[in-house]
Amino acid sequence: MSTRTVLHEADIARALTRISHEILESNRGPDGLVILGIPTRGVALANRIATLISEFSGTVVPVGALDVTMYRDDLHRNPTRAPQPTSIPAGGIDGAVVVLVDDVLFSGRSIRAALDAIQDIGRPAAVRLATLVDRGHRQLPIRPDFVGKNLPSSSDERVNVRLAEVDGEEFVTIQGADS
Amino acid sequence: MRHLLDTKTLSRADALEILDVAEDMADTQQREVKKLPTLRGKTVVNLFFEDSTRTRISFEAAAKRLSADVINFSAKGSSLSKGESLQDTAQTLQAMGADAVVIRHGASGASRTLATSGWITAGVVNAGDGTHEHPTQALLDAFTIRKRRFGGGSRGRDLSGVKVTIVGDILHSRVARSNVWLLDTLGAEVTLVAPPTLVPQDVSAWPARVIFDLDDAVAAEPDALMVLRIQLERMNAAYFPTEREYSRRWGLDARRLEVLPPGSMVMHPGPMNRGLEISAEAADSPRSTVLDQVTNGVSVRMAVLYLLLAGERAGGPANDEREDAS
Amino acid sequence: MTALDSASHRNPRTETLLIRGARLEGGGTGDLLVQDGVIAASGGTLSRAGATVIDAEGLVALPGLVDLHTHLREPGYEASETVLTGSRAAAAGGYTAVFAMPNTSPVADTAGVVEQVLALGEAAGFATVQPIGAVTVGQQGERLAELGTMADSRAQVRVFSDDGSCVWDPLIMRRALEYVKAFDGVIAQHAQDPRLTEGAQMNEGAVSAELGLAGWPAVAEESIIARDVLLAEHVGSRLHVCHLSTAGSVDIIRWAKRRGVNVTAEVTPHHLLLTDELARDYDASFKVNPPLRREEDVRAVRRGLADGTIDIVATDHAPHPAEAKACEWQTAANGMVGLESALRVVQLAMVDTGMLSWPDVARVMSRTPARIGRLRGHGTPLATGEAASLTLYDPAPTRTFSKEDLHGRSRNSPYLGRELPGEVRWTVYGGVVTVADGALLDAPGVRA
Repeated sequence: MSTRTVLHEADIARALTRISHEILESNRGPDGLVILGIPTRGVALANRIATLISEFSGTVVPVGALDVTMYRDDLHRNPTRAPQPTSIPAGGIDGAVVVLVDDVLFSGRSIRAALDAIQDIGRPAAVRLATLVDRGHRQLPIRPDFVGKNLPSSSDERVNVRLAEVDGEEFVTIQGADS
Repeated sequence: MRHLLDTKTLSRADALEILDVAEDMADTQQREVKKLPTLRGKTVVNLFFEDSTRTRISFEAAAKRLSADVINFSAKGSSLSKGESLQDTAQTLQAMGADAVVIRHGASGASRTLATSGWITAGVVNAGDGTHEHPTQALLDAFTIRKRRFGGGSRGRDLSGVKVTIVGDILHSRVARSNVWLLDTLGAEVTLVAPPTLVPQDVSAWPARVIFDLDDAVAAEPDALMVLRIQLERMNAAYFPTEREYSRRWGLDARRLEVLPPGSMVMHPGPMNRGLEISAEAADSPRSTVLDQVTNGVSVRMAVLYLLLAGERAGGPANDEREDAS
Repeated sequence: MTALDSASHRNPRTETLLIRGARLEGGGTGDLLVQDGVIAASGGTLSRAGATVIDAEGLVALPGLVDLHTHLREPGYEASETVLTGSRAAAAGGYTAVFAMPNTSPVADTAGVVEQVLALGEAAGFATVQPIGAVTVGQQGERLAELGTMADSRAQVRVFSDDGSCVWDPLIMRRALEYVKAFDGVIAQHAQDPRLTEGAQMNEGAVSAELGLAGWPAVAEESIIARDVLLAEHVGSRLHVCHLSTAGSVDIIRWAKRRGVNVTAEVTPHHLLLTDELARDYDASFKVNPPLRREEDVRAVRRGLADGTIDIVATDHAPHPAEAKACEWQTAANGMVGLESALRVVQLAMVDTGMLSWPDVARVMSRTPARIGRLRGHGTPLATGEAASLTLYDPAPTRTFSKEDLHGRSRNSPYLGRELPGEVRWTVYGGVVTVADGALLDAPGVRA
């Protein structure tokens, strides 16, 4: 089983910096932005992006977490998982530009669930998607707006993301199937 | 978790999981859209052999807020009227495609009989069996105590060192039994107070202190005082002489309410006999958690239904998606 | 005319049997020759031309077992059991006589009903069925039944019981005890104070407290026994106590016997083995009246049986249909079938533990029950000239008790799936074979 590192710590930092600038550019500034991370690692990334956007624009941008466990369509096929907390920033999301943040975009089902969750919470003006890694193999018509790294992969390979806040170390690897 | 039949065999880990998931459920109940699509397509049957509008409505609300379909089956029948047997009723529900059966029955052990009989494949939730157990009541009581004590910092916490006193008809109370086991599992200290005739003959193995004097119990400054409903029929079987005497000796009246420390909470599973086991002052005081208990009941039951029904059933298809992947 | 005469009269197929090498009551092994319904020769090495030879090496020879407490359910509850199916179950368990309790429908409180039960037993031919008469009309506890007429009837009733219910009114109990002295009768009391056991479901104790099942306190049995032994002493009567189950009850009987009270007591096989812990799963297979008690009580009744305080083992064989047991505990009927498993359970609880020898087993399961019930031709020694009612039992094997071991109409046994020692190999009833080579015959004396 071969493991290859596709992003090192420095690569991740650069990708997040670029994504943060892209968000500001496409939104023409920080106004109306709400950054929501999808647990677990999406939350850490969302916090970093929100911090960077605040640095670059001089405006503090609200950030929170959106747990999608209750909205997944594949619950019955997996062992029951405990949900993580959802925390929506105090101003809510009505009329905001919500930027969802996740670590790996794969089938798109988590994002679909996130869109359903958002619908039950409020009515944003727009929803954008930022992901650190896009590894293809979409099962739904979902596309990211902001991507750290496009990573073509075969479906039996495994993509591992490690972040300092969650795992104590920092890298992205791709692990081949048993040969 | 395949069934929830009792708290006696509920591990600390499972109990905390239910309470923590209930916190998340409670949060969603603060939103404008209180519904979650999680149990869409699942059928929950409320199989109630005993009258209980409150508990049934609570389970119905919990199931509906998770988008499950709810069927209410009220099978009131005494052995005299010879209604359909438990077996026949259960097999009818199985044929209707129930995924979970919430059962309230007058016979102790009925939920275990249903769960282990092989008549149904659905998960079973005990909503009260005779005088044996009422696990979701104990869970919502524990949730309520935890929330009042620790507020937003409740997640992951148990009730170590919390002093809980339960007063009332212990002998006939499934709420008392379920609370004794669960509170002990969560590290609380339990005291039971009752007239001697309403304490089971041998409770030497129970993880609780038993005393007969409510004033002594109140003077010990419990963090939570849980008052149980007294059934007046018990008077006819000579368990106590009169309502008046019961109320005087074991009722939470205004005087005892005053002696109770200001930080202590007053609890009651409902329905209350105002003026008998609990005075109006106590029931309506800000220390009363009675309405919180009702609200929390829905969250806790949502958590239980979620843990029972979402997720893999034994023998289901294997997991083919990774946890990390989106 | 004893019931045995009618057996050989109606079923002329008594065989000549040469039983070789059985373990006999006096100790040691020897042969038995059975001919024309009696034991023609016993002991040593025998031979007989034309006899069917039974190799009984390793088998214990016991006089045919006598059960002083069986529920045959007929007339009225034939869905659970009939006299025929019940006496077949008895034969399979090594029994050649059973006393049929009167809680039938109609209740056996008249000469008519007891004679009917007797006739059904004779027609079946598998064992002597000796009817027990009710103490009170309809077993309602209010008026004495016609005890004398039942005693004089063809059924020759000597044992009277309201079993299922307690004769609670102390005056009625006194009168009954006195009245039966006229014909050497005995009142067999089901000791249960009804006021202390209203709605009771299981033994009152630590287990019932947890399970939320209404308790049946030991004192409800003991207080009735204490009253009855004093009444029996006062009026100079015989008293028999049914299914004694608690340590306190054993103590009371011991005290009473020391005082010279003419009291006998029985214990069931299940009370020698099982405790109230078995109720924890709410499996109604273990629901019985009197209920299974604590470990201390099991130890006390075992000691009581070993030292003679308790005189006999009686099964309280109580058949019930499946729907009366496969339901929630509270709704389920009380009772267990016990004829087929009795000897095996007694071996497990008493012989294998060294508390009883095989001669003791003969005493408590055959000789003494026959004496208490005044039943002639049963419980007699396996000696020349005595009736040829016996069982050959193999104590060696260990087998799982299963539905195949049950031969009555009902399946409510608490031992299903449990390992029990021993096997009844042959049962002979007045010279007629009912169990051959471990298999119950379809008709008495008729072998393929």
